[in-house]
Amino acid sequence: MLVVDSVSKRFGGLMAVDGASLTVTPGSIIGLIGPNGAGKTTLFSMISGFIAPTDGGIRFEGADITAEEPHRRAARGIGRTFQIVQPFAGLTVCENIAVGAYLRHAKRADAIARARAVAQRVGLGPELDRPAGGLTVAGRKRLELARALATEPKLLLLDEVLAGLNPSEIRDIIPVIRGIRDEGVTILMIEHVMQAVMTLCEHVHVLAQGRMIAEGPPAAVCADARVIEAYLGHGAAARLAAEGAAHG
Amino acid sequence: MTVRDLIPVLVLVGLAALLPLVVTASPVLNFLVFMLIVALGAQGWNILGGFGGQFSFGHAAFFGTGAYATAILQLRWGVNAWAGLAAAVAAGGAVGWAIGFLSFRSGLRGSYFALVTLAFAEVFRILANAAPLTGGAAGLLIGLDVRPANLQFADRAVFYWLVLGFVAAVLVLTRWIQRSRFGAQLVAVRENEDAAKALGVDSLRVKLRAIALSGAVTALAGGLYAQYFLYIDANIAYGGWISVELLLAPIIGGVGTVFGPVVGALTLHGLGEVAKQFAGRIPGIDLIVFGTVLVLAVAFARGGILGLLERLRDRGVGMLPPSAKSRTAKEVPNAGR
Amino acid sequence: MYSPQIILEAMLNGLMTGAVYALIALGLTLIYGVLHIINFAHGALLTCAMFAVWVAWAWLGIDPYAVIPLLVPLMFALGYGLQRFVIGPASHGDDGNILLVTLGLSIVLENVLLATFQSDTRTLDTDYSFQVVALGPLLLSFPRLIGLAVAVVVTGLLWLVLNRTDTGKAIRAVAREKLGANLVGIDVPHIYAVTFGLGCACLAVAACLLMPTFYVNPRIGGAFVLVAFTVVVLGGMGSIPGALLGGLFIGVVESLCGLFLGDSLGQLGIFLIFIAVLLVRPTGLFGAKA
Repeated sequence: MLVVDSVSKRFGGLMAVDGASLTVTPGSIIGLIGPNGAGKTTLFSMISGFIAPTDGGIRFEGADITAEEPHRRAARGIGRTFQIVQPFAGLTVCENIAVGAYLRHAKRADAIARARAVAQRVGLGPELDRPAGGLTVAGRKRLELARALATEPKLLLLDEVLAGLNPSEIRDIIPVIRGIRDEGVTILMIEHVMQAVMTLCEHVHVLAQGRMIAEGPPAAVCADARVIEAYLGHGAAARLAAEGAAHG
Repeated sequence: MTVRDLIPVLVLVGLAALLPLVVTASPVLNFLVFMLIVALGAQGWNILGGFGGQFSFGHAAFFGTGAYATAILQLRWGVNAWAGLAAAVAAGGAVGWAIGFLSFRSGLRGSYFALVTLAFAEVFRILANAAPLTGGAAGLLIGLDVRPANLQFADRAVFYWLVLGFVAAVLVLTRWIQRSRFGAQLVAVRENEDAAKALGVDSLRVKLRAIALSGAVTALAGGLYAQYFLYIDANIAYGGWISVELLLAPIIGGVGTVFGPVVGALTLHGLGEVAKQFAGRIPGIDLIVFGTVLVLAVAFARGGILGLLERLRDRGVGMLPPSAKSRTAKEVPNAGR
Repeated sequence: MYSPQIILEAMLNGLMTGAVYALIALGLTLIYGVLHIINFAHGALLTCAMFAVWVAWAWLGIDPYAVIPLLVPLMFALGYGLQRFVIGPASHGDDGNILLVTLGLSIVLENVLLATFQSDTRTLDTDYSFQVVALGPLLLSFPRLIGLAVAVVVTGLLWLVLNRTDTGKAIRAVAREKLGANLVGIDVPHIYAVTFGLGCACLAVAACLLMPTFYVNPRIGGAFVLVAFTVVVLGGMGSIPGALLGGLFIGVVESLCGLFLGDSLGQLGIFLIFIAVLLVRPTGLFGAKA
């Protein structure tokens, strides 16, 4: 449903993303991993329309959306969360989510009802009438998720929704994400918490220094020498293999 | 919107409508009409500045456009005053849309937006002060011809009721905005534009609608001003004073609330009058009070008078659930958007 | 048709007016560059300084130029105090609030002056107010020539202060990175107040240069502050060379517009430039921050 065709983004002299390609098939959970500064969030911003690519094209359900504005992409069914959470701090949780719900429900009563349902879904039910500014980190992450979900997306881009959460909070939210997929929403997620990537994703793409260096099932990708070197430095794969052999 | 939603508006307006039965002195009525006109213009400012978070320092551009449109149409082309007033509203909306189109498309916000609106108002003032169409520096005098068809009334109270009616209508409009999709999107853009875009909000379109609506309401105030005082010139209609008044009232009263601009206009002009009574003939004493109140409001009362009252009530009446919660809980599903 | 001589004279006159604009804009741009705020009270503060010059001359008999060494520290202290004790605490560090607080301050200052001095327009005529200097076929006003020279010198001095003194380095550090400056032990609120004070000190000099040929009334600041905003936006918010060049440029534009369009429309050119620059290139024509 989403085809990213060798897009590049140049910031001055820096090639943040360099000819990256990616295909997302409906109904899957795809992971996008890579070391810090690899260009993952930049790639997300290009898919959701906040940054225009210097080169390359993006297609969604067959339509070329490379030059389309963010709100038009949201209307097509691409929802996103932000790595740095962006709540509407002056509004209540319910009002925050309702802004997303208004995309498909023009009437206030419908939008509010939808917002309440989504809030229950991600475990924000008890917080509905609290100001969004007063939420905990975990609460804000859930709010990001809830707002994006309220737009009823076909494709959901999750940018590190697990970062900053403690292990028990992560354990709580993983089934929520899987449940969203089971309801028919395709998910593309950036994630550093490898344990979550291993359990959730069927397919993983690895971005390093702006280039796609590997893809495949999570287990295979993690064993890939290029991936290990990208994370741990040159020669790391050989060293690990040697150590493994010595201990084995 | 249900009738229940409108009860506060109805009560307030009903009480205010009784005033001319009690006070009949012309200076008092003049004062009240002027205050209501400021309140109406400030309600316009509040749609863009309060709900949309785009602080305009040049709402005189709309006020003046409304005033001149009303006057010029009557004087130069013999258009009926009521039709002229309607045209003034349209002109204000159009000028708002145009200024918004230019500035929002260039991505201006915050201080830059404040400055550019100020500059637009100044350009209009200089042009109106020079152009023959607007009567140049001499201004425009609308001839006295007291007939209801001319939007001129023998009894000042009638004009008072008329302006009050418009203020009430805009209160209802504002209340509608607050509970509509448009309002939710507007507030979302104010709070975080990028997040709003990601949720499918066409932020440019939302802001343009807000500034057009804002300009139209403020232009209505300008048109009424011209029609009541029957004289305008560039320094009155496009003057910096009106830009300041229209922004002060909502900020003092409670920015982004339905009643804020009205409460603010009432408070400011009330205080100004009191200061004048005490200080006698010292020029500018009311403005000294305005400026001081503005600084104090920003320093100690974010959310203005209404914000203060709410905080006091929340603190005082601990046993009742905080107002916000009870309000959302009671919300009746509304049929008509 | 206008003869080249008239146009040249208008341009030179514009340059001289522009120098004073530059000086006013210098204060504004310095405050913007460091505090990242738009100081709406700038015009009212200028009016205060101009009244101070008038009072010194009319009541105490001090020559406007002799007032400079007295008024500069006085205005510095006023600016320092306002930022430290009023604007800073009242605005809670929010941009919109600062705009409103400085707006409120300007209303108060303007009207206190109005209450004190009434709305009359006042001038002071020194012996040299109407003295002219012949430059070839051109006649130039002597006090305005002084104004041009002093404005250039003050710009240079300010540049030296910012680049050669410890305080100047601290100011630039705060402008670049507030948090980092705080971490290495710079007292940020103090530096903010010093910057605001320096901005006001520029106004003191501008007032002394203006008064021999100009007039003052409580509302005069408004006319200057919009021009100063234009200069600052044109020169690039926060850029000191930009303020000087922008000021001179705007002076010439105003003078030529006045010549061709008449006095009432003279300022129109300024605001149209202002709007155009804001819409097309808000970082200013002379590049971003210096």
